[in-house]
Amino acid sequence: MSVARSFGSPVLRPRHRLRRFLAEVASVILGVALLIWSLAPVYNMLLVALDRDEGDIEFEGLIWPPDPSLHSFQAVLTQGYWLVEDFWRQFGNSFFIGLMTMALTVLTGSLASFALSRMRLSNGALLLNAPLLTYAIPSSFLVIPFARLMASYGLSNTLWAIIAANVTFATPYAILILQQYATLIPIELDEAARMDGASPVQVYRRIYLPLMTPALAAVGTYALLLAWNEYLYQYVMLSSTRNMTVAVAIAQFFNSDEAPWNYMMATAIIYSLPPIVIFYALRRYMAEGLTRGALKG
Amino acid sequence: MSSTQQVLAIEPGAPVRPRRPSRHRHLHGSEFAWAIAFVVPYAAVFLALVIYPAAYGLWMAREPSLYRDLVADPLYVRTVVNTVLFVGLGVNVKMFLALLLSGFFMRRRWWIRALLPVYILPWAIPAIPAFVSFHWMLIGEEGLVDSALSALFGIRGPIWFSDRWLALGSNISAYIWKWMPFWTLTFLAGRMAIPHDIYEAADVDGAGRCARFAHVIFPLLGNLYLVCTLLSTLWTVGDFTTVYLVSEGAPAYSTDVLATLGIHYAFDAAQPSLGVAAVLSALPALIPIVIILMRTVQTRKVQL
Repeated sequence: MSVARSFGSPVLRPRHRLRRFLAEVASVILGVALLIWSLAPVYNMLLVALDRDEGDIEFEGLIWPPDPSLHSFQAVLTQGYWLVEDFWRQFGNSFFIGLMTMALTVLTGSLASFALSRMRLSNGALLLNAPLLTYAIPSSFLVIPFARLMASYGLSNTLWAIIAANVTFATPYAILILQQYATLIPIELDEAARMDGASPVQVYRRIYLPLMTPALAAVGTYALLLAWNEYLYQYVMLSSTRNMTVAVAIAQFFNSDEAPWNYMMATAIIYSLPPIVIFYALRRYMAEGLTRGALKG
Repeated sequence: MSSTQQVLAIEPGAPVRPRRPSRHRHLHGSEFAWAIAFVVPYAAVFLALVIYPAAYGLWMAREPSLYRDLVADPLYVRTVVNTVLFVGLGVNVKMFLALLLSGFFMRRRWWIRALLPVYILPWAIPAIPAFVSFHWMLIGEEGLVDSALSALFGIRGPIWFSDRWLALGSNISAYIWKWMPFWTLTFLAGRMAIPHDIYEAADVDGAGRCARFAHVIFPLLGNLYLVCTLLSTLWTVGDFTTVYLVSEGAPAYSTDVLATLGIHYAFDAAQPSLGVAAVLSALPALIPIVIILMRTVQTRKVQL
């Protein structure tokens, strides 16, 4: 039966041709639907940001900007309005949090996963996966005691409190991915280096880190995006405008009486650009590192 | 056969290969000291920032009367229902669609390849701008969705945030929009690692699309799908941003989830213990999920 089918397939009968055509039409429709689905909120951001008027916008029945203008972007970039007067400083704060979260997650995650999986500190299942226990505690639960502790340490209005929280939630996933990826690297490499008299630090620096580059890049990007997406801890702990991040500043517009929504959307668009650029630059690594690890198994 | 293929070829039912005996099972001397030194940074983070605040939180929420207050509050009961719907529907619909769409993105057409980077865009856009934009799109007659409905089809769209179910649906849609691309990418790589011969064999045997999905792809990706779904469930229970920014709990706190209700109790109503207790009440559901997750990851490791 199967032989007959496979012989028959090169000659397409009309019924098959129709089915192929229908499948093609269906995938085009799906493609267009996905395009609209993915881009509608982005288009909406542009629509509001390109409006010339400050203050309330009446968009009833409008699906394109009536009078497009880059005025709002200019106002944000030159800090020309009281709600955006610390924009560049807040942008720097967001960057600082993102980069520190990335660096510290990669560092602590790679050190821990090196010791646990390569040096075989433990063969016990428990210790190896203990970091995942972090996810039993919802981040929105931890934030309440966390804020109180930070207040008692005098760290409540500082960027380091946010970085600490981000590292806490990024590292367990980082360790999971790194451990899965490390199984691709033969342990014999480490052992040969040890025979030649390399210290654990040298094995870590000369063998583990270079071979793990794709996974480290993936984990770093993941940590950066996590920091850039995070809002709750920043909202709860950062109160002064000087120490605020752009994320909190955007949400501040909602508390204001005469909020210029075009400025808010312009701020939001500018805030979105760095992760988009970094993400597309590292996309190749990302796909390889995140998923080969997740897949193995 | 590459190692990935080897791993994929091992089915859950196959006999588990015994763990290779470790050559230096017992570390000693300086070796052990180094290993400890390498773990110390993370162990410090774990103890100081997970165990200690969690223990402190448990201590804050130790009074049984808090839970009596919670259960007596109709707001809380409705919030639990919302959380179950938000997490249950959000995670499962997202994961299942991501699995199906990863098959769509496997097709070799130039325009499907070009579509992929656009489709991933929501993941790269930070949550705050994205959800603010969703809020704005659905805000009523001025929003883009209702504007488009009236301009293109002449329909008067609903006021999305004045109805509990529409608002809940809006939150779930925004959540799926933001996070589906990440998991689609994961499943896409999973499918790419399936050796091509398996597809051909299924083809030769006359398996249709559905049969191939049910009998070939799903069994092979089952473990990956399970781990991803469990992780995503855990993360989503703690998700505050979506509901806080998209529907803002409207109408009248009726779409709040445990995360937003807990923060509301703790910081707006100045009852931190009650806030902790509200979020903590999800713990009995979360602990079994973590245990299943840890076990699944563990057995997968053994198969390697």
